[in-house]
Amino acid sequence: MSYSVTETSTRQKWIAGTVVVGYALVTILPLVWIIATGFKTPSDAIAYPPKVIFEPTVEGYVNLFTTRTRATQETLDALGEPATWYDAIVRQYGMIISGPSRYGERFLNSVIIGFGSTFLSICLGTLAAYGFSRFKIPLKDDLLFFILSTRMMPPIAVAIPIFLMYRRLGLSDTHLGMIFLYTAVNLSLAVWLLKGFIDEIPIEYEEAALIDGYTRFQAFYKVVLPQAATGIASTAIFCLIFAWNEYAFAVLLTSGTAQTAPPFIPTIIGIGKDWPAVAAGTTLFLVPVMVFTILLRKHLLRGITFGAVRK
Amino acid sequence: MSDRAIAWIFVAPSIFLLLAINIFPLIWTIRLSLTDFRANRPNRPAEWIGIENYRRILGDGDIWNSMQATAHFLFWTLILQVVIGFALAYLINKKFRGSDLWTTLIVLPMMLSPAVVGNFWTFFYQPQIGLFNYVVEFFSGVDPSSFTMIGSVDLAPWAIVIVDTWMWTPFVMLICLAGLRSIPDSIYEAAECDRASKWRQFWTITIPLVLPFLMLAVLFRGIENFKMFDLVVQLTGGGPGSTTELTSITLKREAFEKWRTGYASAYAVILFVTVFGLASIYVKALNKVKER
Repeated sequence: MSYSVTETSTRQKWIAGTVVVGYALVTILPLVWIIATGFKTPSDAIAYPPKVIFEPTVEGYVNLFTTRTRATQETLDALGEPATWYDAIVRQYGMIISGPSRYGERFLNSVIIGFGSTFLSICLGTLAAYGFSRFKIPLKDDLLFFILSTRMMPPIAVAIPIFLMYRRLGLSDTHLGMIFLYTAVNLSLAVWLLKGFIDEIPIEYEEAALIDGYTRFQAFYKVVLPQAATGIASTAIFCLIFAWNEYAFAVLLTSGTAQTAPPFIPTIIGIGKDWPAVAAGTTLFLVPVMVFTILLRKHLLRGITFGAVRK
Repeated sequence: MSDRAIAWIFVAPSIFLLLAINIFPLIWTIRLSLTDFRANRPNRPAEWIGIENYRRILGDGDIWNSMQATAHFLFWTLILQVVIGFALAYLINKKFRGSDLWTTLIVLPMMLSPAVVGNFWTFFYQPQIGLFNYVVEFFSGVDPSSFTMIGSVDLAPWAIVIVDTWMWTPFVMLICLAGLRSIPDSIYEAAECDRASKWRQFWTITIPLVLPFLMLAVLFRGIENFKMFDLVVQLTGGGPGSTTELTSITLKREAFEKWRTGYASAYAVILFVTVFGLASIYVKALNKVKER
């Protein structure tokens, strides 16, 4: 039997496993609790001691997507039987649905701005990354560092002149304005990550293509892009997550038309201490990111360190 | 076309966008910082007042308070995240069964929107109904309605440290784990042949070889937490009073509530120079450690 001195003993593994699993359970408890709260009634949500076992309901979700008004018994009687299941839920509290809430709109804004800025930053970022990876560019290192340093500025500091500039250009509170802004912020990440991915593609492929009579652009388009597909996809997800999560610019530069979900979700609670509705809105907002995180786990480290650590 | 021209076609659009949305605003900020401009009165002509704003900032008690709050926040989040993050990475590196699955679960909080999660933590911190207070009562027997994490001057600075540590410890952990995995087994085997104790191996092999990774993690977290805004603004809004008013929150108050645009611009320039200066010095130190 071979024996390695660096092999960990079973007992050590067991202890390590127990501690890590314990930590993991504590750390995901708040997330599980958010999801569970979304399925509680308002009174269950604020029960003390906190309720672990409860009867699930979708009230929180109904309240999240609707605005309701209190109605007198006569009005309720006059309306007759509730037409839909969500009407029925709201009627129990002597309320009627008066219209949709803003949540759907805000969520859609997040989707539009997130995908729009991701698309733009990936297009520009891939071009720039290829340029930096394959060509001799004067002051290359300085330019790359300049691109990175744009991330060091506090967002509020950047927001002051952007606020003035957008006001003058009429870009305040518009989707287009937010897409440009998030593209600029994400560009540093995209360039750095993609440069790393493209550096790993052997240059011989392109050289062969060039000898075969491809132009530079054809070589880039037909040889490099397909090779970099995985890298581009994971970079895109990182850009998307950043734009999705961003709050500081959103809260300062949008108020209505182009407001995204992060500045909106905290305002839900102001309407009526309805924690299940907040939890429902939070859950719908967080779950896509959780799924992406699990899909991305192999490239996670690279993404969060701008490609500095590659494993 | 020459290679040089093609290179610029690839690189120019990105550089142009960054100039328009980062550098032009930065120059504008520097210009504004020398005036008494107020963004809520765009028609009033701004007066050139030179370095007056900078002089006033350095003598402003509120600014120093927010610097102090930021220092407290930075110091404790970095210490806690480094210690817990490294310990977790060390244990995960023992490669027990299912370690990949648990690592993925631990990493989840880090990728979520700080503002949205911070908003929900105010619910956990509620004095009478909150999960956090319940857990504290469960383990220590302290009456859950006797303390409010975000309402008390003594506890609020710790409330933000706890949530930030919960969110970002996995970041340090992942980087440390990459560091630990980069150490070849042969080094330990050689040490074992020389009869070095496990304790000695830890201090003379593991720590020095992980150090560059750890320092990189501290750099990232340091810059991020110096800029911290979204999580804390949602958790405490800078309160109670101004106990958790970090620099970014003060900056926001000056710029978008008091509308002292010129003054806020000067503060923004000071903050940027500070981050940039500290980061540059730190990167030099980091490169020295790497070369060793």
